[in-house]
Amino acid sequence: MSEHAHDHDQSGADQGGDDGHHGHPDSHYIKIWAILCVLLMISVLGPELGVQLVTLITAFGIAFVKAYMVAKNFMHLDVEKPIIHYILGTCLVFMVLFFSAVAPDVMEHDGSNWEHLTAKQVVADGLEAMEAEQGGHGDDDHGDGGGGH
Amino acid sequence: MQKPIATNRSSMGIPTGKLAVWWVIGSEIVIFGGILASYLMHRLGHPEWANYAQHTNTMAGAFNTLVLLTSSLTAVLAHNAAERGDGKRAANFLLLTVGGAVTFLIVKGFEWNYEITHGYVISSNQFWSFYYTAAGVHAMHVIAGAILMVWVSTLARKGQELQRVELIGLYWHFVDLVWIFLFPLLYIAK
Repeated sequence: MSEHAHDHDQSGADQGGDDGHHGHPDSHYIKIWAILCVLLMISVLGPELGVQLVTLITAFGIAFVKAYMVAKNFMHLDVEKPIIHYILGTCLVFMVLFFSAVAPDVMEHDGSNWEHLTAKQVVADGLEAMEAEQGGHGDDDHGDGGGGH
Repeated sequence: MQKPIATNRSSMGIPTGKLAVWWVIGSEIVIFGGILASYLMHRLGHPEWANYAQHTNTMAGAFNTLVLLTSSLTAVLAHNAAERGDGKRAANFLLLTVGGAVTFLIVKGFEWNYEITHGYVISSNQFWSFYYTAAGVHAMHVIAGAILMVWVSTLARKGQELQRVELIGLYWHFVDLVWIFLFPLLYIAK
C-alpha cells in the first residue's frame, strides 16, 4: 500500500461507520443542498410578512435547522466519535456561559443600584436620529453613517 | 522521505490531523460565538440598531448565503471523490469551492464599497463596528480557506494527501455554518 493510499485509508477508517465510509452517493448531497436552498428562500421571504413571530421562526429558527443539516450531512458530525462532540459541546458551553454572565449588564441599562447613562443616551440619540430620518427624506443615500456612538 | 510521525498517527482513534481540525473548529466556535453573542446582546439592548440594519443589502447577503451553501456542496462532493480515491475529481470540486469563495468575496467587496461610500464605516456607530468586525473576520476565514484549498487541490490532483480534502472540507463547512447565523443577524433582523 502506498503512503498516500495509507493516509486515505486511515482517513476513511475514522468515520465511525462499519465500512469506514459515509456511503452516500453524490445525489444525496445534492438533495440536501436543494433542501438548504428552499430553507434559504423561506428565511428571506418569511420576514417580508412583517410579523415578528414569523420573522423569528423563519429567519432564526431556520438558521438552526440549516446549521444542523450542514453539520449532520456535510460535516458528518452524526457519525463522528464522542470525543468530538465533547470538544464542541464544551466550547458551546463556554460561549453560553460568557453570554449569560455578560448579557444582563449589556442588555439592561439600569438596575436596582445602578444606571448606565451613556447607553441610555446612545439609545435616545439613535432613536431620535431614526425619527428624524423617517420624517425627512427617508432614503439611505444621505451618507451620514447613522448617528451616535 | 520519512514523514513526521504526527502525519499518520491516530490519537483516540482519530487521525491527528482531523482531531486538530476539530480543535480549530472548537476554538472558532468560541471566537465567532463570542462575536455573535456580543452582537445579539447589544442588539437586544439597543432598539435603534434596527434602523442602522435597514441599510444592509438583504439580497446581497442572501446571494452570498446561496454561494456558500453551494460551495459547501462542492466541498463535500470533493470529499466523496477523495474517499473513492479519485484525486482529479476531488481537485476539480475543490477548485469549484474556491470559485465560490472568490464570488463571495467579490460580492462582499461591492457591498462594502457601497456602504463605505455612503458613509456607513466601521467607526460610524456600534452597529457598523460589529457589522464590519463580524463580516471581516468571517471574510478572512474565507480567504484562508480558499488559499488552503488551492494547495490541497494541487496535491489531490497528483493523488497525494487525499485525507486533507476532508480536513479542509470540515473547515469550509464551519465557515458556511458561521455565515448561516451571520446572515439573519446582520441582514434579516431589521
